[in-house]
Amino acid sequence: MSVTTIKAFYNDDDILMNAVKKIRSEKYHIEEVYTPFPVHGLEKAMGLADTRIAITAFMYGCLGLIVAITMMNYIMIEDWPQDIGGKPSFSYLENMPAFVPIMFELTVFFAAHLMVITFYLRSKMWPFKKAENPDVRTTDDHFLVEVEAGDNNEELTNLLLETGAVEVHVPKK
Amino acid sequence: MYTFSNRLKIASYILMAVGAICLATGFLSAPSTVEEAKAIVAASHDDGHGGGHAEEAGHGDEHAADASHGESHSASHDEHVFHQLQNRPWSALYVAAFFFFMISLGVLAFYAVQRASQAGWSPLLFRVMEGITSYIVPGGIIVFVILVLSVLHMNHMFTWMDAEVVAEDALLQGKKGYLNPTFFLVRAAIFLGGWIAYRQYSRKLSLEQDKSDDNSKFKLNFRISAAFLVFYLISESMMSWDWIMSLDPHWFSTLFGWYVFASMFVSGITVIAMVTIYLKSKGLLPEVNDSHIHDLAKFMFGISIFWTYLWFSQFMLIWYANIPEEVTYFVTRIEHYKLPFFGMLALNFIFPLLVLMNSDYKRVNWFVVMAGIIILFGHYMDVFNMVMPATVGENWHLGVPEIGGILFFGGLFIFWVFNALTKEDLTPKRNPFIEESKHFHY
Repeated sequence: MSVTTIKAFYNDDDILMNAVKKIRSEKYHIEEVYTPFPVHGLEKAMGLADTRIAITAFMYGCLGLIVAITMMNYIMIEDWPQDIGGKPSFSYLENMPAFVPIMFELTVFFAAHLMVITFYLRSKMWPFKKAENPDVRTTDDHFLVEVEAGDNNEELTNLLLETGAVEVHVPKK
Repeated sequence: MYTFSNRLKIASYILMAVGAICLATGFLSAPSTVEEAKAIVAASHDDGHGGGHAEEAGHGDEHAADASHGESHSASHDEHVFHQLQNRPWSALYVAAFFFFMISLGVLAFYAVQRASQAGWSPLLFRVMEGITSYIVPGGIIVFVILVLSVLHMNHMFTWMDAEVVAEDALLQGKKGYLNPTFFLVRAAIFLGGWIAYRQYSRKLSLEQDKSDDNSKFKLNFRISAAFLVFYLISESMMSWDWIMSLDPHWFSTLFGWYVFASMFVSGITVIAMVTIYLKSKGLLPEVNDSHIHDLAKFMFGISIFWTYLWFSQFMLIWYANIPEEVTYFVTRIEHYKLPFFGMLALNFIFPLLVLMNSDYKRVNWFVVMAGIIILFGHYMDVFNMVMPATVGENWHLGVPEIGGILFFGGLFIFWVFNALTKEDLTPKRNPFIEESKHFHY
């Protein structure tokens, strides 16, 4: 964390939602929010940009489709053509119906797995990574809002308490 | 309250009038004797190929080559072509009549699913759906009349209805217990009776719920909808065997019912979206927001993929097994219907897949309407491909009678549906989920 932040704790998701809206309307910058479960509509309230993971999923799907076509063409047509069910494998197009299930499965496989991997990398998560959680209670029953600290921390603290925070941690200078 | 605008009413009258004229032309220009049929075929060969006489000669040679059948074969071939040409206006009528009937039946199934699942997002659209399902009464009766006329030998679309054909056909004799004219009409009457009864009763309960002071009507509607879905899934499957699959009476496919269902479901949902967007553009349905349209477009997208899945499941097994009595179905279509066959695959799968994939586009109303028109045309072609190869064979056209059928039934559909929409307030008042529906957002 490069910026010093004031941490406010809440114990209800409705109060949290209203608090987030209030804090933003007072022109304070919210660094991050930690919640024990996904809160519907929070990303809109925080003003986060829309995810671009759908675009990557489309590209990964196309990649999977290309891999499937190239692979099946090499295995079934070029490298070792066989006569299966009276349908000799001399042309990819004419044998295509038999390859459609593989083309479909690899499209889904690539889109799904690469999307998850992308999501982990983008969220800076990998195996044995230590959790970047400022307080363990956010995995149980508390919600934590990190607000960028400014010059006048007292005013901000009062605002946070006003919005229903049960606890506010101000960093020592 | 919605009032049927004069412009739309006049448009529907014009569609019906032009369509009726085109259909009548189709019936009048159909040959009434074998000689006329031969002349028509010869003329169309001339038109189509320019110097077609050389090809005529080629045909003659081929016939001479397999002359073991002799004169009788040639005569029976001429009669076959004559029947096909006679079938053409009937098939054009039947495909269009069935297509628009199928839309309202698909909407009825979608409506029953919403009722049975007690969906919270859709009650705002219930009056629109009920308006569209009102067409099931005239549409169902018209299809039934066409089936009765077929049984009365006014046309030769269903070859198994001809006692002479059955007498020479061991397979059809084996199916006689199920596939006979009386039982066929009895089944059709039961299916239509059940669907129309549910539609009218559910609509009545839906309207009564608005005036009632408890939720008993809503709960009863929930129960009958669940029961209807059981009846519908069985009867729809049998309907597709009877009304469409029996056009090719030797051929059968066990998932044909699902395949037809997917077609009617996606067409129905598309029409719900289009009518809703039209009414919204007139300033009605103010509480229907972009999220409702988005959900309908997601269904259009999803059910298009589902349709492809079923189409392909049917195609691949038959293609791979390559058993003559099964594969003949696709051989006819790929040989003589190449463009409509592969064209409708592109329209019904690749087009919605690419166009409706983006989440943002599903909220753009005009975009959904344009995509919907293409999807509807694609599914008309799907029905066309199911019916025409069996009834007119190689002599198919997308000409005057076919377009006339679309115009006539399209006009009737618009007239009936929008007339039904004027009858009641477009927003249900006392549906227990109406508040959730008004605040629905994705």
